[in-house]
Amino acid sequence: MSDVTMPTTEAELADFVKAARASGTPIEVCGFRSKREAGRPANCAAIVSTAKLGGITFYEPSELVVRARAGTPLHELEATLARKNQELAFEPADLSRIYGTDSMAASLGAVAAMNISGPRRVLRGAARDYLLGLRAINGEGETINSGGRVMKNVTGVDLTRGLCGSWGTLAVITELTFKVLPRAPETRTVFFVGLADEAAVGVMSAAMGTPYEVSGTVHLHGALVARLADPEIAPAKTALTALRLEGSPQSLTHRIDKLRRLLSPFGESYELDHERSRFFWADIRSLAFLSARFDRPLWRISVAPSRAAPIVRALSAFLDVRAAYEWSGGLLWLELPPSADASVTDVRRVLAEYDADSMLMRAPRSVRSGIEVFHPQPVAKMNLVRAVKKSFDPEGILNPGRMYAGV
Amino acid sequence: MSVSMPKEDLRTLSRRQSILSGLSAAVGSGTLISDEAGLRAFETDALTAYRTAPLAVVLPTSTSEVVSIAKFCAKNCVKLVARGAGTSLSGGAIPTGDAIVIGLSRMNRVLDVNIPDRTATVEAGITNLAISNAVAHARFFYAPDPSSQLACTIGGNIAMNSGGAHCLKYGVTTNNILKLKMVLMDGEVVELGGDFLDGQGYDFLGLATGSEGQFGIVTEATVRILSQPEGARPVLIGFDSAEAAGGCVAAIIADGLIPVALEFMDKPAIRICEEFAKAGYPLDVEAMLIVEVEGAPLEIEDQIGRIGEIASRFNPKTLRVSQSDAQSAAIWKGRKAAFGAVGRVADYLCMDGVIPLGKLAEVLKEVEAVGNRHGLRVANIFHAGDGNLHPMIMYNANDEHEKVIAEQCGSDILKLCVDAGGCLTGEHGVGIEKRELMRYQYSEADLLQQMRVKAAFDPQWLLNYGKVFPLDLQERFAAEARAHV
Repeated sequence: MSDVTMPTTEAELADFVKAARASGTPIEVCGFRSKREAGRPANCAAIVSTAKLGGITFYEPSELVVRARAGTPLHELEATLARKNQELAFEPADLSRIYGTDSMAASLGAVAAMNISGPRRVLRGAARDYLLGLRAINGEGETINSGGRVMKNVTGVDLTRGLCGSWGTLAVITELTFKVLPRAPETRTVFFVGLADEAAVGVMSAAMGTPYEVSGTVHLHGALVARLADPEIAPAKTALTALRLEGSPQSLTHRIDKLRRLLSPFGESYELDHERSRFFWADIRSLAFLSARFDRPLWRISVAPSRAAPIVRALSAFLDVRAAYEWSGGLLWLELPPSADASVTDVRRVLAEYDADSMLMRAPRSVRSGIEVFHPQPVAKMNLVRAVKKSFDPEGILNPGRMYAGV
Repeated sequence: MSVSMPKEDLRTLSRRQSILSGLSAAVGSGTLISDEAGLRAFETDALTAYRTAPLAVVLPTSTSEVVSIAKFCAKNCVKLVARGAGTSLSGGAIPTGDAIVIGLSRMNRVLDVNIPDRTATVEAGITNLAISNAVAHARFFYAPDPSSQLACTIGGNIAMNSGGAHCLKYGVTTNNILKLKMVLMDGEVVELGGDFLDGQGYDFLGLATGSEGQFGIVTEATVRILSQPEGARPVLIGFDSAEAAGGCVAAIIADGLIPVALEFMDKPAIRICEEFAKAGYPLDVEAMLIVEVEGAPLEIEDQIGRIGEIASRFNPKTLRVSQSDAQSAAIWKGRKAAFGAVGRVADYLCMDGVIPLGKLAEVLKEVEAVGNRHGLRVANIFHAGDGNLHPMIMYNANDEHEKVIAEQCGSDILKLCVDAGGCLTGEHGVGIEKRELMRYQYSEADLLQQMRVKAAFDPQWLLNYGKVFPLDLQERFAAEARAHV
């Protein structure tokens, strides 16, 4: 395996990319390499890491703004924010369980490069919504500055969002500025047990349609519930549907009371107090409900909530599907039995009948190199993908093939 | 005029008749306008200091007509400018004489409302407020609320990534759009995003939102709609100094509160608005905040109590908590009438810079100094929660010399915003107005990267030509593009 180059300054990194461009060397871009098993395997002759480009460079709590270099560990940034009772409101999900890596090894750069959001995304928005600005090195080795540190900015083309979620294929992100928000003092959870998927999505969507600011929703099949840490919930192994609310204690009492009354037609609901809620949602955020078995393919489906249960039902007709519904049904995690092709044909055949976006989040490398990991795009959009890639990285040296074959 | 318009393509102008006859076939059941009086209605937008009548105007009624028009223009190398309601304050919809204006105001239908999935799909020419009205029966609303929401279209909001007073909590357009149907110049129809959250792949939705009509012509949008809060209530707080008001804003946020709106007005703005709206604003203060909180009655009480406590540290001269809907309406009336109120007193240029909150008092002082230096009065109204300044430079539009000075004053103020760590525009866009100032905020490499992305969508540089990027750079890019055709 190639050695990993770890520049200690942005200028060094730019020089590295320039040299790679001059020699036409494809380079794999990474942080702490905790998500190497995500996406398509990139076939590169060199690896460059932002692991040594770390550190918080600016933090102004009264302006709700923090800036840090790409190699800053996420937990380090979160600890700094917590000291001022603030947080990244999109609550980035911890993917370490599904990739069998150390949860402390997530870098801030990867959060932006993959646009990773967690349970609170359903109410508060995604990583891309909190990214105010960034610096990056494009495939020419040029330093690009986009956005800034202010909340509103429509000055020119929004390259910040363009680079968020681009998996290091357009540019190497070196520094990021995020909007942060105050942490709620308390959290509580309302839950239902034994609901069928359709009813569960109904509960979650109804809850999100109230003014009570539900900040997390999840519905888990019984087999997935068994993996949770809560000693009273896990043994039941029956489907669980949970709704989180956050705020001041008085406000929570009022909102939970109203919400439970409103949702009573769906069945009996129960409540978790602050402490148990915190543990429960920490489990959801770290995807503890998913199998850690690498041979089990894991699919991530983005879909309108009303189409989520029909997709699961259609797939269940011929596959043993274990499903988790986050974001009131808008995010589906599907755990499938081991197979040679991660059941790609079946999954995409079913999804062709629904408007949805699919991604194979986990499968053995050999499987991921042979199929389209990201959702296949129509020709006109693939043309745009290629044109945008070329506009940042004309020689195609940054993470080639990581997202789409030949791009 | 200090903003120059791009040179018109004489070859296009000489082909006017054949272009018009070709267009009339392409526009289908829509309308083609080519008479002088008709064209005059499209010669400018809300940046009325500049105007040029376009070659022709087309008003399509469907995406397929937009496709035909785009294909025709691409084939004949004719420039195209998309226009919604024409409320752009930066000249974003001002055409050039060799361009076709494609007006989307007739495409204004609500195509779908899905309450359980919390989405609405609409055509691009619908007004922002009409979207909220279409979902109000279920107590939902569309959150970004630019001041012009009664008139401006969602297509224009997408072009400019618009936002209004409530964006501190709810975000701007880009945070509330899920999917766009966009016609590219080659006539391809692409769907960017989906009616769901966060599909994977390049964020074309993010790139296209705020691209000022330079990437494609948006014909439909699926937006996120939200449940209306249980209630909302504003508080009006007057202070002895801008420093105290600025300090109070920072302290409110540092305390963990996120009001739904946090508006700031300085003394000249308070006086002008009060004379016009009779809202009962205090005239003995140097600066005033309108802080609105929302939620359950109990939550509102709690937040207002905390805000009162925080404000008391800054010795407020006035602290008025709204006690009724009528009082709330009065508090907002003056603020919402601000632009009209200033317009009654004088012609004005409304700037749109953004600054970091911590620099508030310092920047306001410098804005005043810049105004004094140019001998012009400046009133300040802005969204203090997100640092989006709107200095209004008052001048006499009939005096050509004073007009030039006012523009110079505006330019100096925007530079000051960038120097303070902010940016040139928070919600109005670059348009033609701030095009040449882009070099002040961005390096050449930054600008060229943005332009290469634009060219990825519109390789011939036909869409909304002459906007956003410094003119010499655009002409260089366009010449290269033409050399390849």
